Amino acid sequence: MNIGNLIKISLRALANNKMRAFLTMLGIIIGVASVITMLAIGQGSKISIQSQISEMGSNMLMIQPGAGMMGGVRQSASNMQSLKMEDYNSIRDNVSYISQISPSVSSSGQFIFGANNYPASISGVNTEYPDIRKLTINEGNMFTDQQIKSAAKVCVIGQTIITNLFTNGEDPIGKIIRFNKIPFTVIGTLNAKGYNSMGMDQDNIVLAPYTTIQKRILAITYIQGIFASATTEGVTDKATDQISTILRTNHKLKATDDDDFNIRSQEELSSMLTSTSDMMTILLACIAGISLLVGGIGIMNIMYVSVKERTREIGLRMSIGAKGKDILAQFLIEAILISFTGGIIGVIFGVGASIIVNVALSWPVSVLPYSVLLSFLVCTVTGVFFGWYPAKTASELDPIEALRYE
Amino acid sequence: MSKIIIDIKDLKRNFIVGEETVHALRGISFSIKEGEFVTIMGASGSGKSTLLNQLGCLDTPSSGEYLLDGHSVGDMDKNERSTIRNRKIGFVFQSYNLLPKTTALENVELPLLYNPSYSMKERKEKSQAALEAVGLGDRLYHKSNQMSGGQMQRVAIARALVNDPVLILADEATGNLDSRTAYEIIVLLQELYKKGRTIIFVTHNPDLAAFSSRNIVLRDGKIIKDSLNEKIESAKVALEKLPKQED
Ligand SMILES: Nc1ncnc2c1ncn2[C@@H]1O[C@H](COP(=O)(O)OP(=O)(O)OP(=O)(O)O)[C@@H](O)[C@H]1O
Ligand SMILES: [Mg+2]
Repeated sequence: MNIGNLIKISLRALANNKMRAFLTMLGIIIGVASVITMLAIGQGSKISIQSQISEMGSNMLMIQPGAGMMGGVRQSASNMQSLKMEDYNSIRDNVSYISQISPSVSSSGQFIFGANNYPASISGVNTEYPDIRKLTINEGNMFTDQQIKSAAKVCVIGQTIITNLFTNGEDPIGKIIRFNKIPFTVIGTLNAKGYNSMGMDQDNIVLAPYTTIQKRILAITYIQGIFASATTEGVTDKATDQISTILRTNHKLKATDDDDFNIRSQEELSSMLTSTSDMMTILLACIAGISLLVGGIGIMNIMYVSVKERTREIGLRMSIGAKGKDILAQFLIEAILISFTGGIIGVIFGVGASIIVNVALSWPVSVLPYSVLLSFLVCTVTGVFFGWYPAKTASELDPIEALRYE
Repeated sequence: MSKIIIDIKDLKRNFIVGEETVHALRGISFSIKEGEFVTIMGASGSGKSTLLNQLGCLDTPSSGEYLLDGHSVGDMDKNERSTIRNRKIGFVFQSYNLLPKTTALENVELPLLYNPSYSMKERKEKSQAALEAVGLGDRLYHKSNQMSGGQMQRVAIARALVNDPVLILADEATGNLDSRTAYEIIVLLQELYKKGRTIIFVTHNPDLAAFSSRNIVLRDGKIIKDSLNEKIESAKVALEKLPKQED
C-alpha cells in the first residue's frame, strides 16, 4: 500500500465530512486556546505585580513606632511618640548601609482650592523622600533644605490631587491651596504612578517639608516614621540590624524588652507579594490543568465517538481489501491532520484572545511559550491517540463484524 | 472444461452465543466453475449469508477447506485475505454500503485505491468504465445521498466489478428494492454472466432462481438441493412483461 493513496483516502474522507472534521477540530481549538489565554492572563498579572514592586523601590525600609506595649496596651503607630528626630539623626549618621533617609509625619484633612475641596493627607518629609519612593517631579521643583529649615508653607502635589482641585485645567504651580485653613503654595507636581498592587492610588499624595507639618499643623516635635533606602537590595537585612541596634540603645531598652518600633523592608513586602503571585500562578496552573483535562476528555470523546461510529465504514473498507494497517494509517493521518490543524488554530485563537483581553479590558497578559507548547502537545497527542485507538480496535475485527456494528 | 473457481469441502461455521453453539453451516461441500451464475436460496436463518461471507473471505470457517481460484483460504492470514478480497472478489451488499456523501466515482475507485499497482489515470478510467457498464455513465459525480436505492446498488455493483474479480458475490442485492428495480439489477447481472463473470447471488425470492444457471438450496446449514438450470430465462423479457406502473 503506498502512502500517496493513503493520504488521498484520508483527505477524501475529511473533505466528504467537513462538518464532522470541523466539530472534532473545534474541541481541540477550544482546549488549546483556553489554556493559552488563561495562563497568559495569570502570567501577565504576575509580571505586573513584580514590576510594581520594583517600582516601589525594593530596597526601601520603613521604620515606625509601635509593636511595643505601653502598660499592656498596644498603641496605634501615630499615637506613639517614641520616634524622635534624634533617632533619625543617629540612623542617618551611623548606619552605613543607607543611602537616603527621610523623616515622616502626616496629617489628613481637607484641601481647598477655590470652590473645590478634596480630602487627602499631607506628608511631611525631607528632600530625599521622592528618591526613596521612586517619585519624580513633573513640573516645578521639589522644596529645598532651606524651605525645610524655615518650615515654609509649600507643597508638591500628585496627579489625583491636581485633577480634583484644579478642575478647570489651571496650572497648579504657584497656586495657593488650603489644608485645614493653612495656605500652601504649590511649587511642584509629581509624575503619575497609578495604583500599586495593593490597590492604593499612588498619585493621591501631597508632600510638604516635615518641619511645616510638625510645627504648623500637628504642633509636635516627635516624628511618626522614617523612610530610608538601603544602598542595595541585598543589604536591607544588615541595615535593619544596624537601625534596630541604634534605636534600642537610643530608647534605652533592656535586653528583655520588646522593640518599641518596627522596621519593615520592601523585601518582606515583595516576598509577600511574590508569594501572592506565586499562589496565583499555582491557582492558574490548576485551572489550566483542569481545563486541559476537560479539554482532553472532550477531545477524547469527540474523537472516540466519531471514529467509533465509522466502524461500519471500516468494515466496508476492509471488505473491499483494506488491510488493518491501511485502516490505521488512514485514521492516524486524519487524526493528525485534524489535531494539528486544530492545535495551530487553537494557538492563534489563544494568542488572539489574550491580545483582545489585553486591549479591551486592559488586563496585563503575557503569553508563555511553554503554555503554548504544553496545550498544543497535550491536545494534539490526546486527539491523535483517541483517533487512532478506536480505529485500531475496529481494524482488528473481522470485516463482517465491523460491518454489522450498530 | 472451464476451471474451478470455488472448491469447498465440509465447511462448518459455529457461532458461540452465550452457553449455546449455533451451527450455522453444518458441513457444506460444492465446487463452482468459472462462468457460472449460482443462486443460493433457503429459508431465513438457513445459513445463506454465513456461507456467502465464507466465500467472500469476510469470515473464517470453524472447520473445512476452501480453495479460491487455487489458493487455500484456510492457510492465509488476515492481510492475505484482505489482498484476496481486493484482487479476486467483488461483494454486493443488501444495504449497498456506499461511503456516505461521496461521489459515485470515488466510491467505485475505492477498491483500486487499496491496490498500489494502479495509477491515478487507470483508476479513473476503470471506475468510469465500470459505472458506464452499470448504466450510470451520466452520474459519475453524484453523491451517494443524491441517488435512489437502485442507483446506489448499481454503484455498489460497479464497485464490485472494478477490480476485475474472479467472483462476484451478492447477498440479497435486490432485497431493498422494488420489483422493477430488482429486475433491472438482475438484467445487469445476467449481462455480466453473459460476459463470462462468475456470480453467486443469494436471494429469498424463488422467482429469481429462473434467471441463473444453477440453484443451490440450503436448509439448517446443509445443502438440500443443488441443480443446474437447463432453461435460463431472460430477465430482460421478464422486466418488459412487468406492468409499467405499479400502484
Ligand atoms: N454473528 C453471529 N453470531 C451468532 N449467530 C449467528 C451470527 N451470524 C449468523 N448467526 C446464526 O447463523 C444462522 C444462519 O444465519 P444467516 O445469517 O446465514 O442466515 P440467512 O440464511 O442469511 O438468513 P436471512 O435469509 O434471514 O438473511 C442463524 O441461525 C443465525 O442466528
Ligand atoms: Mg442473510
